[in-house]
Amino acid sequence: MSVFEPVFELVRGLITSGKMIFEKPVTFQYPEQKREVRPRFRGRHVLKRYDNGLEKCIGCSLCAAACPADAIFVEASENTDEKRFSPGERYASTYEINMLRCIYCGYCEDACPTEAIVLGDNYELSFYDRRSAIYTKESLLEPVPTVDMTTPRKVEPNVYKRSVPEMKDPAD
Amino acid sequence: MISDWTLWLEWFIKALVVTLALLTGFAYLTWYERRALARLQVRIGPNRAGPFGLLQPIADAVKLIFKEELTPGKADKIVFFWAPVITLVPSIIIAAVIPWGASFVAFGRTISLQVADLNVGVLYIMSIASIAVYGIVLAGWASNNKYAMLGGLRSTAQMISYELALGLSFVTSIILANSMRMLDIIDAQRSLWFVVVQPVGAVIFWIATLAEVNRAPFDMPEAEQELTAGYHSEYSGMKFALFFMAEYQKMIVICAIAATLYFGGFREFWFLENTFFSVDHTWMLGATQITNWFLGPVYLLLKVIALLFGMIWVRATWPRVRYDRLMSFGWKILLPLALAITFITAVGIILQQELHNDLYYYVGIPGVSILAGLFTVVMVYRELRRKVK
Repeated sequence: MSVFEPVFELVRGLITSGKMIFEKPVTFQYPEQKREVRPRFRGRHVLKRYDNGLEKCIGCSLCAAACPADAIFVEASENTDEKRFSPGERYASTYEINMLRCIYCGYCEDACPTEAIVLGDNYELSFYDRRSAIYTKESLLEPVPTVDMTTPRKVEPNVYKRSVPEMKDPAD
Repeated sequence: MISDWTLWLEWFIKALVVTLALLTGFAYLTWYERRALARLQVRIGPNRAGPFGLLQPIADAVKLIFKEELTPGKADKIVFFWAPVITLVPSIIIAAVIPWGASFVAFGRTISLQVADLNVGVLYIMSIASIAVYGIVLAGWASNNKYAMLGGLRSTAQMISYELALGLSFVTSIILANSMRMLDIIDAQRSLWFVVVQPVGAVIFWIATLAEVNRAPFDMPEAEQELTAGYHSEYSGMKFALFFMAEYQKMIVICAIAATLYFGGFREFWFLENTFFSVDHTWMLGATQITNWFLGPVYLLLKVIALLFGMIWVRATWPRVRYDRLMSFGWKILLPLALAITFITAVGIILQQELHNDLYYYVGIPGVSILAGLFTVVMVYRELRRKVK
């Protein structure tokens, strides 16, 4: 350590910060340019559908029971073969999540027996009033794969009897 | 009694130009600082309002105007109201003696691009710069808030301490130019800037000005971590904007003074002397004779922008100095060094005049000054090492 080290250090500091001018800024121009979220990111919930368009949610309310913030409200109704929403006996006629209460813990995802509710990658949740913070089933539900697969729909009788899909491999 | 109304008009127009230039300069200095600081921190900075964020200062001004102005219940209302004004006014009127271009002939009269051509211009600057302290200490006191009070007191102590070193570095350039008039000082730097003759003086000037305008690393009075915001903690809305304005206008003005005293003022860069781009160059456009007087403000602006970038760069790099070290640096290091530099400059000029040898001026003064500066660094190092042991 030489006598002039303190002075050199001051100058070295200036050079270090001065070099940064020539580097590309790390800023993301947010609304136009969005950052990719991580694979396990927990964003807004999505209610999934089967490939045939039927809703996965069977209205069992296990997610509401698991929710530590009491943000989920589910009301179930009976399915018929004339008006079928989901396989099995029941479907969620009301499904509401209060986004002001939700803490994005993902327990609902874990509790769901049919893997119907999944935390997606949408983090742009904003609203002007508390009323619109309550997301309803219509806004949470995934769009249908093709136009003719809407729910409710008329299906052939006695096909969709099982509400929880059969396990492919019990070891899973 | 001056009865010549055109003279009044000329003064009025020049004063208006200086004031408006400073106000616009303040607005765009905030933009410039935010952009430059952002680039030094690998960010982009404000770029949304208008092209390159150029309308950002206007948006900020509108925001500040519409903000609520709070006055603390137990504040001294009158002083609280006047303190920002007392701070702001010196930062504008100090610019009156700074020449921003060579004089030219128009409408049958010689117009000098300077509001007031005082023969004691440097003295005027020193005295006005001291007045700004009152605004800050009164703001701190009138707020009736202990943080504001401490900030104001710190600021006063700091500005008074560094004013000595600042004054002495003024003196070196006064001695070199043999005049206190700003125009004479600029003329004396026609071929060689004083920063070359007296580099250590310029460095002292630079450090002292940073302390004088309360910029990082000497932004003690407004140290956020210790004093919330220092003397302007209790100010909001336009009253706060006035303090902000004063600080940034002081930055501009002090950079213009630095340019005048050490970097040749409005005169062209040394390598452009006797070329087409010289401010004295005269050329013919058809039948009219044109002098390049209008290049003066351009050169001054370029120098001020470069010096301002130095201030921003320093702010982006160096951490804040501890308060006791700030004071001991000012009194124990900067002031003795400034005294030594003044002495060396004076002796060098006398030797040059008496022995008729220019070597004393061009080699003696910078050489011995740099030696004195190095000696100071060695002494600081010894002192620090002794404290560590």
